Amino acid sequence: MPARFTFTIPLLAALALGGCAGDGSGIQSQKMAAIKGRGTLNCGVDGKLPGFSFVGSDGRYSGLDVDICKATAAAVLGDPAKVTYRDLSSTERFAALGSGEVDLLSRNTTMTLSRDAPGGNALAFAPTTFFDGQAVMVPASSGIKSLKDVAGKPICVETGTSTELNLADRMRELNATYTPLKFQSGDQTFAAYLQGRCVAVTSDRSQLAAKRTGFPNPAEHLLLPDMLSKEPLNPATINADPAWADAVRWVVYSLIQAEEMGITAANIDAKLAEAKANKNLAQLRRFLGVDGDLGKQLGLPADFVVKTVKAVGNYGEVFERNVGQGSPLKLERGVNQQWLKGGLMYSPPFL
Amino acid sequence: MTSRSSAPPWWRNRRYLPWLVQGVVALAVGVVVAFLLTNLLLNLTARGLLLSWSWLGQPAGFDLAETILPFDASLPYWWAMLAGLVNTLRVVIAGLVGATVLGTLIGTASFSSNGLLRGLARVYVEVIRNIPLLLQLIFWYFVVFLALPNGTDAIQLPGLVLAKSGLFLGDPQLVNGVWQASLRFTVEFGALLTGLVVYTAAFIAEVVRGGIASVPKGQWEAASSLGFTPLLTLKRIVLPQALRVIVPGLNSQYISLAKNSSLAVACGFTDLYSVSETTLNQTGRAVEVMLILLGSYLVIDLVISALMNGLNGLVQLKER
Repeated sequence: MPARFTFTIPLLAALALGGCAGDGSGIQSQKMAAIKGRGTLNCGVDGKLPGFSFVGSDGRYSGLDVDICKATAAAVLGDPAKVTYRDLSSTERFAALGSGEVDLLSRNTTMTLSRDAPGGNALAFAPTTFFDGQAVMVPASSGIKSLKDVAGKPICVETGTSTELNLADRMRELNATYTPLKFQSGDQTFAAYLQGRCVAVTSDRSQLAAKRTGFPNPAEHLLLPDMLSKEPLNPATINADPAWADAVRWVVYSLIQAEEMGITAANIDAKLAEAKANKNLAQLRRFLGVDGDLGKQLGLPADFVVKTVKAVGNYGEVFERNVGQGSPLKLERGVNQQWLKGGLMYSPPFL
Repeated sequence: MTSRSSAPPWWRNRRYLPWLVQGVVALAVGVVVAFLLTNLLLNLTARGLLLSWSWLGQPAGFDLAETILPFDASLPYWWAMLAGLVNTLRVVIAGLVGATVLGTLIGTASFSSNGLLRGLARVYVEVIRNIPLLLQLIFWYFVVFLALPNGTDAIQLPGLVLAKSGLFLGDPQLVNGVWQASLRFTVEFGALLTGLVVYTAAFIAEVVRGGIASVPKGQWEAASSLGFTPLLTLKRIVLPQALRVIVPGLNSQYISLAKNSSLAVACGFTDLYSVSETTLNQTGRAVEVMLILLGSYLVIDLVISALMNGLNGLVQLKER
């Protein structure tokens, strides 16, 4: 076992605690035991991206990525506030996850084969929380109308991201030369762009929209129509702890399924009472943990869905509040709509 | 004659004790290293990751902003890292030359009879060496170099254009809104080089000052009584003697400069570290990439040390 050789005393202590914590569920997850022993979930976020993870003037984290941390903490520890947030750069994030610095990475990370595969970064991805695509932003005054017009010019890009590779791929397809100016942090990337060092900056469409809200004159910057890639943004855990990865996976699904069933943070108590009173509502009873042992199978409390939805609301609520019409970003639901409404958000059955 | 019985036991014998202590220390270090390596290999095996170098031959797939070696995305990772290494060497060599010249000037200026010059040299050293290099690099890049005008507003002199995108020499032409020339230095290179030179020069100035101060005052007085001008005294009498003190100190400053060049990523310059970071992210081969990085900087520093030790041998007193 790798942990036996690890120097981190907290982990050893957590293991010791986890060993005697066992809820009789028989689920073997060192990670979950460590989190319970510690009493807080270490969640890796970006921290500087409005709508996804951002520290407000009140010092509190908010955003779609942050809500996934909260929902997970609510499911595992029973309290959405028991999260220790770690701001991670795109280059730090995988090392932080691999070394156990964070238990969960909820940091607009694109799921790719090489990140998922055991021979690559060996991550375990939870379901997509935001379907995105890579886009390019230019100053409106530049006269640039499409990616082709960028040929021969410098483009700012954050290093350590999949966008770097997509840009190279697309520009080769267009047979266009360009100069990639790479920076280690998003802040530096966008600062160089605003200073006019590059005529364009590329990143995920949602990220460009989010960063633009912080610009001095957001209206002076345009997103080009070109979509360079598909960027499914997923929370991630390490591959070596399948039980923990499953728990996070179904926490995300619980929010998507709740929206499909019309369960919100506001009506969850009423729905629960309704489920308890009416034995015929089999699906609802299973979902909310009144019947069956779905939660227990994951090593979570039977009513983990009630806890996650109470903590952050269903997926639709999370989306609208953070990046949708109820937020400064005002992003369209688009493909992030429920499958029944023509979108890609789809939870497997809670059976 | 001491009798055999009064001799100390072997473990307290000065003939064996040093060897014993060294042996114990060597064993302890060996055990720790073996433990760390075992730990690494076990952890890697547990994640299904074994050290592999085959990825080095695969196409990199990413582009680099500026390289001396020809590069495009279809070339392999090892070539990309080599291109990054060449960029690192370019900035390190230029930085060593620049920092030595500037540092020596400032170091000698602190002995000037001109009070203003002396004061400026002191202020320079105190201000520069007390501000972190990373901050200085960000300052040079974002505040100074990126404030340069661009396009047709660029600073244009005969055969030279200075713009936001860089310094263009030869016959600069504005093509499609972008400056082009046969010889070009980007602002990223400029900011990194300026930052490294300005920062390291402050430390070199102190080394030079210490070296000159180590030459006895009598040497100045003797030279003066022989009719040497102060400049000639410095050049022919003081500096040759001061070099004995200066060279070992310079060695460590040179090594620092080489290592500090890895902060290039703060100002967007494509150095070895920057390429490695991209490579690491694309391949997930953290341990291998780190080994290459460690090895490269180690070799650069060992080469600098070897050259400086050679120089040191030349300037030291020859006792015959």
